[in-house]
Amino acid sequence: MSKTTATTTITTNSDQVPFFQVRRKLYNIIVRGFLRLTTLVTVGLLIFMIGYILINGLKHLTIPMLTTQSSYIEDTIGIFPNIMNTLYMILISMLIALPLGIGAAVYLNEYATNRRLVTTIEFAAETLTGIPSIVFGLVGMLVFIHLFGLKQGVLAGSLTLVMIILPTIIRTTQESLKSIPDDYRHGSLALGSGKWHMVRTVVLPSAMDGIVTGSILAIGRIVGESAALLFTAGFGLRLNSLFKSLQRSSASLTVALYVYVSERGEMEAGFAIAALLMLITLLLNFAATYFGNKLKKR
Amino acid sequence: MIINVQKLNLWYADNHALKDISMDVPRNQITALIGPSGCGKSTFLKTLNRMQDLNPIVRIEGEVWYNGNNIYDPKMDVTDLRKHIGMVFQKANPFPMSIYDNIAYGPRTHGIRARAKLDAIVEKALKDAAIWDEVKDRLRKPALSLSGGQQQRLCIARALAVEPDILLMDEATSALDPISTGRIEELVTQLKKKYTVIMVTHNMQQAVRISDQCAFFLLGELIEYSDTSTLFSTPTDKRTEDYITGRFG
Ligand SMILES: Nc1ncnc2c1ncn2[C@@H]1O[C@H](COP(=O)(O)OP(=O)(O)OP(=O)(O)O)[C@@H](O)[C@H]1O
Ligand SMILES: [Mg+2]
Repeated sequence: MSKTTATTTITTNSDQVPFFQVRRKLYNIIVRGFLRLTTLVTVGLLIFMIGYILINGLKHLTIPMLTTQSSYIEDTIGIFPNIMNTLYMILISMLIALPLGIGAAVYLNEYATNRRLVTTIEFAAETLTGIPSIVFGLVGMLVFIHLFGLKQGVLAGSLTLVMIILPTIIRTTQESLKSIPDDYRHGSLALGSGKWHMVRTVVLPSAMDGIVTGSILAIGRIVGESAALLFTAGFGLRLNSLFKSLQRSSASLTVALYVYVSERGEMEAGFAIAALLMLITLLLNFAATYFGNKLKKR
Repeated sequence: MIINVQKLNLWYADNHALKDISMDVPRNQITALIGPSGCGKSTFLKTLNRMQDLNPIVRIEGEVWYNGNNIYDPKMDVTDLRKHIGMVFQKANPFPMSIYDNIAYGPRTHGIRARAKLDAIVEKALKDAAIWDEVKDRLRKPALSLSGGQQQRLCIARALAVEPDILLMDEATSALDPISTGRIEELVTQLKKKYTVIMVTHNMQQAVRISDQCAFFLLGELIEYSDTSTLFSTPTDKRTEDYITGRFG
């Protein structure tokens, strides 16, 4: 009995709704459905990627593999040298790029008075980020190896990486410098600080979160870079001390992945390295988001 | 006279914001600057410690004598000048550091490192600014955790910690509740024993309550300048009279 009543009510209602409203409703439902589908596909792809690599990779990522180097005699594969090479390159390129990048950002934001020059440099840095990294590799090889006479190795590779990450560091530092209110600067100067004292004691400490975020992003790029290192850091798979590696062919994790898979057909090693890279990238992304949020809260 | 301004003119690009200002500021007194919004009070105040140097579009002509030196002399040491002429901004601007570090910032800038000495300076400055009792148990807490009124007094303390000769205050109480305002007025009255205070205020009652001298600005000109009681009881200029009786502005 009550069921009939309900049906009747609904029929009466839809009779009163004008046609265009129904059409709009339908339209909304279709659009929303489509958007939902695109999100689903994107998230699905992402989860598939991560899952596929972790499932196929993690099982081969053994402790011996992480802690030894490859041996032809024992026919084992170890990626310890490549982990170290990647760390060496992070260390050296950050040591060079951080002071340069922070210095440039501070100069552009705090000292430079020529607006035209500043925007030109900002534009150049922006453009630099869009250049394919294999081009950086080519330039790095021509400049650092052919012109300066370095050997293929961690040093030439790191110098090339510096060119790649410098714009990122400059931009993130600059962005956080811009977010610092002038009140702080004026407050410091009004107490009789010199300009550099003001920058060092008030501006830079406030920009710290941004600098940290930029550094994490830069480290992410270093870890993920391969093309630029093929020409410059080389394919060497042997373990070297930091000092010796500078001028000796040294494959990073990414380059080692390439070597093992495409030159030796070692798919298992390839997946293991891919899984390791994936884990590092996820970790760095979480860290960057964490510091980025902290920055935004200010 | 601690400050002597002579024929001071200032332009923001083409905008002639200060016109031929000449005035003497007496030592150990409170001088108030009043006038309608946009008349140039803040602009004038910022010429006295050369904060206008930070604005590239500003052009200044004329002289400001402080203790026998023209502060616009190219040989003037601007950081040293600002150490002697402190400033409290309209909007409280504590640094994002602890309360202690805010107050110690100036002394440290000028080379004081010894812990005991800094402790003493911080305590004295906070006491002088009438905020010691409220913060003495949380000197290590961030200054930004204080209320607006407390932040403003903290900024006053921060300025006092470098022991300036002159304190410039730009509407230091405009954002505060009556109680905080009262405390700061009381504080400023105390300060004149040791310091010379030049303050911008929108509040004419405040000017009457605490200032000794009063200067009325209008459209970049100094219309009238005399001791406060005279200016408010028997103004000589019609425009001053109109302003203080509330007929415009
Ligand atoms: N940074 C600036 N750049 C350009 N023009 C400025 C700048 N600061 C102030 N002016 C102009 O100078 C004139 C005086 O401004 P000023 O801030 O000194 O006024 P004020 O008396 O302090 O006003 P208020 O009571 O509103 O604070 C105004 O016409 C203003 O537009
Ligand atoms: Mg003002």
